[in-house]
Amino acid sequence: MTEAKRDILGFLLFAAAVLIAPFFFADSYILNVLVFVGINTLLAVALNLLLGFAGQISLGHAAFFGLGAYISGVMTAAHSFDPWLAMLIAAVSTGVAAFIIGFPILKLKGHYLAMATLGFGIIVYIVFNETVDLTGGPSGLPGIPNLSLGEFSFDNDIKNFYLIWAFTLLAMRISLNLYRSRIGRALRAIHDSEVAARVAGVNVKNLKVQIFTMSAVISALAGSLYAHTMTFISPASFGFNFSVELVTMVIIGGLGSVYGSFMGAAILTLLPEFLRIFHDYDIIVYGLLLILIIMFMPGGLAGGFRTALERLSRSRKQGAD
Amino acid sequence: MLEIRGMTKKFGGLIALDDVSMSVGKGSITGIIGPNGAGKTTLFNIVTGLYTRSSGEVYLEGTDVSGYAPENLARLGLVRTFQNVELFGRMTVLENVMVGLHTRSRSGIFSCSLKWPTHIMEEKRIRDEAMQRLEFTGMTGIADIPAGSLPFGMGRRLEIARALAPGPKIMLMDEPAAGLNSRETLDLADLIRKIRDAGTTVVLVEHDMELVMDVCETIVVLNLGRKLAEGAPREIQENPAVIAAYLGEE
Amino acid sequence: MEAFGEIFQYILSGFSTGAIYALIGFGFAVIYNSTGIINFAQGEFVMLGGLATIFFINMNFPLPVSVIFAIATATLTGVVFERLAIRPLKNATPLNLVLITIGASILIRGGAMLMWGKDTHVLPSFSGSDPIYIADATILPQHLWIFSITVLIIAASRMFFNRSITGKAMRACAYNREAAGLVGIDVKKMVLFSFIISSAIGSLAGIIIAPLTMSSYDVGVMLGLKGFCAAIIGGMSNGAGTVIGGLLLGILESLGAGFISASYKDAIAFIILLLILFFRPEGIFRKDETERV
Ligand SMILES: Nc1ncnc2c1ncn2[C@@H]1O[C@H](COP(=O)(O)OP(=O)(O)OP(=O)(O)O)[C@@H](O)[C@H]1O
Ligand SMILES: [Mg+2]
Repeated sequence: MTEAKRDILGFLLFAAAVLIAPFFFADSYILNVLVFVGINTLLAVALNLLLGFAGQISLGHAAFFGLGAYISGVMTAAHSFDPWLAMLIAAVSTGVAAFIIGFPILKLKGHYLAMATLGFGIIVYIVFNETVDLTGGPSGLPGIPNLSLGEFSFDNDIKNFYLIWAFTLLAMRISLNLYRSRIGRALRAIHDSEVAARVAGVNVKNLKVQIFTMSAVISALAGSLYAHTMTFISPASFGFNFSVELVTMVIIGGLGSVYGSFMGAAILTLLPEFLRIFHDYDIIVYGLLLILIIMFMPGGLAGGFRTALERLSRSRKQGAD
Repeated sequence: MLEIRGMTKKFGGLIALDDVSMSVGKGSITGIIGPNGAGKTTLFNIVTGLYTRSSGEVYLEGTDVSGYAPENLARLGLVRTFQNVELFGRMTVLENVMVGLHTRSRSGIFSCSLKWPTHIMEEKRIRDEAMQRLEFTGMTGIADIPAGSLPFGMGRRLEIARALAPGPKIMLMDEPAAGLNSRETLDLADLIRKIRDAGTTVVLVEHDMELVMDVCETIVVLNLGRKLAEGAPREIQENPAVIAAYLGEE
Repeated sequence: MEAFGEIFQYILSGFSTGAIYALIGFGFAVIYNSTGIINFAQGEFVMLGGLATIFFINMNFPLPVSVIFAIATATLTGVVFERLAIRPLKNATPLNLVLITIGASILIRGGAMLMWGKDTHVLPSFSGSDPIYIADATILPQHLWIFSITVLIIAASRMFFNRSITGKAMRACAYNREAAGLVGIDVKKMVLFSFIISSAIGSLAGIIIAPLTMSSYDVGVMLGLKGFCAAIIGGMSNGAGTVIGGLLLGILESLGAGFISASYKDAIAFIILLLILFFRPEGIFRKDETERV
């Protein structure tokens, strides 16, 4: 089987598994959790484009998620815009914002880039909290309408599940396409050696800004979907902790791996559900996971799987000899 | 082909290059030698646009390209290899060479994301061309191995293949023989001549005198940032100033 | 003269928070200069300092003893962190270092939450809270503690870095790690020292500011980031740059809160941070350098 065929087949299997999942989990509570797995996967896939492909860290991605949510929320709840139009405006304006700050921010590297994105995230978070007239401040913004198509309204978990996963699967497919393409290779080249990429003719500055913008737009879409699904948003969902959580998802899954991003998102979404007893302390588990993965499993789960598979096939070959 | 005029580079108080001028003829193999810290790598870094210059100019085929960004110089057909091999370690050997073809392809982020038909066709073309380069440099058979797991000598060779991929006009090589064994060095000499015969002008920074004297037609000697001598290998070997500079280093 | 008095008051209080930022920033710089790491857990040492002091005081230890115990607690945490997470790290890319120090900060914060809960705690002022009048403005005795301890620490560390063998060795590491190793300096030990110094100074900053603010498990994040901002303004120097950076930040923040908007007080520091990173990432004092390729 060629690489390309394996890629398509793998994706079809994954998509099929997602589409039939609701039939196995009729329980509405689990379905609700799976909706969140969808949103978080969408976010992790978006961040993976920047962090996993191009190797550029962002500790402020919750801000783009929040911008999407708040622009959609405010336009629909307070100004009765059509939700789809609001979603489009949210995605475009977040993209424009990311494009503009992308140039100065992505000139920075490593620790400085981390600090700058973090600073940006916190500024946005403060604005969500302090512009009370617009956003409702810390107590949140209620009354956001569901998305609808004509008479058909996405007003329960099963409908939202399919709505959100349609976006998530699309984003995953796009990422997979990108990975094995001219631009994907250029991005991964930047990750491994920026000077060599430049000398090979890659316009590193522009490409970084492009992928940053794309990542922000997808995050904003996730934000809009979140707002219209929850019908209520508050700043607490878009703070520094959530940015760190997103980075943790990508790291756990394995830098660059699209399915890894899904695994990371799934684990970090499900974990707190299993760790109910820990309640507030789940953040400690993230911290521990982050440290352990970086120290002992630098390729994340995806990398771990790959080595395991390789070992397996090698031992099988040896057995055959 | 390449002309450097009055190149000067200061790092704070240190003058790494002091008014260096030289010119490289089309289709030639030119060597640059000099003791450690002479400024050879710095010269390459400036010519390829990685460092800014303090003063001086660079001309590529008669056009002033001083201060151009590396990616624009690549488009004009100027490529290089690095003293400390710079590979894309997590990508396969083939993918490394395909990045080398970046300037010979144009699919953007949208057509790549959506797998546009033009992108699919271009992808096939790039892949074939990259395979040809691997053949040219004698590396078929390892196309799908991660570049990071190659032995050192192979890594150097891959870097050359990647630089050669776009069919450059001129290629700067920074110590390509460093770390190679004598067998590999001999192969390298053949490869360098083959590259030149295929139409790429070569500039070579190298400490391996045997290699330099063997393949280069002209040699430029740098010492402490200054040009000390320039001439055919024979002349350089007999130049008292050069001998003094190398002996002084011991 | 009314407005002048007001400005003077803002500057005075900005001075004292600025001194704290300077101390925290100093902690960042010490680690950065010997390891190239920006320690995202720096703020947690500050938090530990305050909370641990309160903890020991509640156990009826006298203040000075509590302070010493608290500094020891934070320093021990720093040492454990360096030993368990930094030293064994094989693939020490900037990305991994950022993430591992973030992981550590989450753990330390979580540990503090387990230990002391989510409530805010109060540390009494070291010597009462009767305001002292200076011209039109007032100042608290705690402010004087802050100024004098900051001056003391800065002076002591200047002596340390300029005079003592260890301090000079650490400076050599900052300048060129490989070369330092070649001339026989035990680089690993210097890294450990830098964690000790910076966690000790960080916790001390947390202790002296605690009576003026509230202490809770999550105060470290903001204080840490502002300390970083101070260090960045000062160009990550082990010396005067960071002090000026801290004071500048403290004063700007205090004036901004007073004259523009109190609710955007925290945003001011981050806007300054972004502006510096965008336009003068090497700090406002240093000349730029060519990055090696
Ligand atoms: N980015 C930089 N910042 C400061 N000094 C530099 C920088 N790059 C090079 N130098 C200095 O410039 C001088 C010339 O260095 P260069 O690397 O060009 O030497 P070289 O001739 O390539 O030596 P070698 O044969 O060892 O590779 C050296 O003293 C070096 O330390
Ligand atoms: Mg060199």
